[in-house]
Amino acid sequence: MEDNRVIKTKDVNFYYGKFRALTDISMDFEKNRVTALIGPSGCGKSTLLRLLNRMNDLIDGTRVEGEVLFEGMNIYDPDVDPVEIRRRIGMVFQKPNPFPKSIFNNITYGPRLAGLSDRVELEALAEQSLKQAVLWDEVKDILGQSAMMLSGGQQQRLCIARALAMKPDVLLMDEPTSALDPISTAKIEELIQDLKRQYTIIIVTHNMQQAARISDRTGFFYIGKLIEYSATEKIFTRPDIKQTEDYITGRFG
Amino acid sequence: MALQSSMRWRYLKEGLFFGLVRLSAFVITAALGGLLFYIIFNGLGAISWDFLTLAPTDSMTKGGIMPAILGTVYLTLGAIAIALPLGIVSAIYLTEYARQGPLVRVIRIGVNCLAGVPSIVFGLFGLGLFVVFLQFGSCILSGALTLGILILPTIIGASEEALKGVPQTFREASLALGVSKWQTIYRIVLPSALPGILTGSILGIGRAAGETAPIMFTAAAFFTAKLPSSIFDEVMALPFHVYVLATAGTHIEATRPIQFGTVLVLVGLVLVVDLIAIIIRSTIRKRKRW
Amino acid sequence: MTRRLKEIIIKRIFFLFACVSILILGLIVAFLFREGIPIFRIVSVRDFLLGGEWYPTFDPPAFGIWPLIVGSFIVTFLSTFIAVPLGVLSAVYISEVAPRPMKEILKPLIELLAGIPSVVLGFFGMVVLAPWLQDTFDLPTGLNIVNASLMLAVMAIPTISSIAEDALYAVPREFKEASYALGATKSETILKVIIPSALSGISTAVILGMARAIGETMVVLMVAGGAAAIPESLFDSVRPMPASIAAEMGEAPFRSEHYHALFATGIVLFLLTLAFNLIADYVSHKFRETGSGTL
Repeated sequence: MEDNRVIKTKDVNFYYGKFRALTDISMDFEKNRVTALIGPSGCGKSTLLRLLNRMNDLIDGTRVEGEVLFEGMNIYDPDVDPVEIRRRIGMVFQKPNPFPKSIFNNITYGPRLAGLSDRVELEALAEQSLKQAVLWDEVKDILGQSAMMLSGGQQQRLCIARALAMKPDVLLMDEPTSALDPISTAKIEELIQDLKRQYTIIIVTHNMQQAARISDRTGFFYIGKLIEYSATEKIFTRPDIKQTEDYITGRFG
Repeated sequence: MALQSSMRWRYLKEGLFFGLVRLSAFVITAALGGLLFYIIFNGLGAISWDFLTLAPTDSMTKGGIMPAILGTVYLTLGAIAIALPLGIVSAIYLTEYARQGPLVRVIRIGVNCLAGVPSIVFGLFGLGLFVVFLQFGSCILSGALTLGILILPTIIGASEEALKGVPQTFREASLALGVSKWQTIYRIVLPSALPGILTGSILGIGRAAGETAPIMFTAAAFFTAKLPSSIFDEVMALPFHVYVLATAGTHIEATRPIQFGTVLVLVGLVLVVDLIAIIIRSTIRKRKRW
Repeated sequence: MTRRLKEIIIKRIFFLFACVSILILGLIVAFLFREGIPIFRIVSVRDFLLGGEWYPTFDPPAFGIWPLIVGSFIVTFLSTFIAVPLGVLSAVYISEVAPRPMKEILKPLIELLAGIPSVVLGFFGMVVLAPWLQDTFDLPTGLNIVNASLMLAVMAIPTISSIAEDALYAVPREFKEASYALGATKSETILKVIIPSALSGISTAVILGMARAIGETMVVLMVAGGAAAIPESLFDSVRPMPASIAAEMGEAPFRSEHYHALFATGIVLFLLTLAFNLIADYVSHKFRETGSGTL
């Protein structure tokens, strides 16, 4: 049972300068599940996501209290290398952000810098990652072309493939479909369902239907606090807390 | 009725104001145009293959300006070789590593102040440090170091701007893949910023090539019998050549054509270099896709 | 662990490089003082700055740079007086009035003007402007304050114009729209809303333009005439500080009193431009903090 929980946060508080953005967050994330984080904008859900792979380190004047345990190790320990953490916990961003490089070089960028140099292996890895991201058939003949030429939906799947090429254990997704059209969104949602067989996925979304469709567990955030966290089905049908119900039913947003 | 006349007055003022604004833009354009036309008109006659490839003869009244062209090229290349690595690395520190705080503010003010130091003071500094204290003497090395320091703030400023122009999402994407900060900078940020950095450096080259005061006491010679053979030799340089011929020679009137020719070569060199930078910049701006 | 060590080492090294600018600034101060201070064993600071006689090669020599300081300030102020209206109005033209294609041509053109080497402007002043001034106004020499100020203005205009244009460009569009919506004409909007909003940016432009003019050497060396005396009219010659340093350093024997006096003049010049730049930095910083709120 203990092994099943890949990431655990314990009493996490997070500050931007003097502003407390997260208050006493204790949460477990289970292996091979999709966990959705929902809540009105500014509630701290994206902040929490970026805490899990130490991306918030990049912002000046931030401070973390409490523990974030990844496979039992606190990733905020002083002797933990955030670079190592990020190799094992991948991230997909709100807006597709491919590098201005070729499709192939986008995919192999991470593995190469991690030390993989064999051309054959890199090609195999690129193919495998692109297939996982259901992009292979669309791009297999144009791998040498700039990733900037792809459509928004394709770019986002490329970014997912790029994250998968690092063979991470966990995939963090920060509103990955908010910049996409409905068809591309549907493709990505389908993809997420496939990916959870191999990966643990944590997704931030502002779209409640999306959370209901794809996630196994859902956490509802409000003003920096975790209000309610349980099985998605329960959250969307019979939430325990009034605030959750109000938000789900659209009484406030 | 009163309203109408006040409207007429307002439109009159309007016309007057725009007349003035247009006039000032015209005056500046005309000044530049007139200056360039005058220099080309008077200088073109002096330009010939011999003028560009021969050394001066007959106590500077005949022959060419090849040693001065060469000297300016040496000094400028030396300056950029010194300023470019220093400038780029400083800019990377300031934009990528430094956290906002008093220290960074001090460095910024320092760079700004350095940018404002008069060129003659750079000349004095070069004389005091490189020529006298380090005993390099008046030579290419001293001159190139002095000019390099002079254009350092230009390079830092341009590089900083170019680095800031690289979208934050590129950095995030790379870091999120478990790529270290330095590799992110080296593989993603620098290549994206390179055209902008290049533009700034080329403008720096133009500036270094045209400066006179910093090299007067540190590198430039009125006349050298031979071409320089090492970085510890004095050199002739185009701007200094113009100055010397126009003010200190004994044949000021007789060398007028040579003066005009030298001015034309200098202006041509500097403006072509600047123009290249401007064209590169506008091409990047058009092509930028992020 | 080794990778993290490498990262830390890189960061430290880059920091050292970034400090080079500060180091150079420190070295400039150190070497100016090292070579300049000895003069104050012979004259007091007060006599040096305010002394009216600059005869460095006479016997006994006189080291009073007051005429040089006055010369520097006169040409700087006169050139600012010429350059500010032209620079600011052309910035208004580029940012508010000019049609787009005109803008695309004018901006690089002004940049090219900034790129013209100062020795070329000095040359132009000597060869063209000086004879013309001499003939037209029937003067003993055309190398004088007016000539130097005009050529310095040509140097300062691009600085003023491009910084002022940035400031005008940064004025929020809502301000303009609000003004138009109240029935103001375009010129009224520019004069009463846009220029006041950009005022601290424009002030920065003017100060930096002045700093450029006061530190400029070749123009004043070639066309200011070189008389180390307090001028009585705008058609008199002057000898601004940079001109004096550039002209005399070549002849001053190494580490003579004259040599030290020229370095001391360099200190004065350096401190003056430093003051100008710090003021400009302060003004523009204040501007950035308050942003569009400064009206």
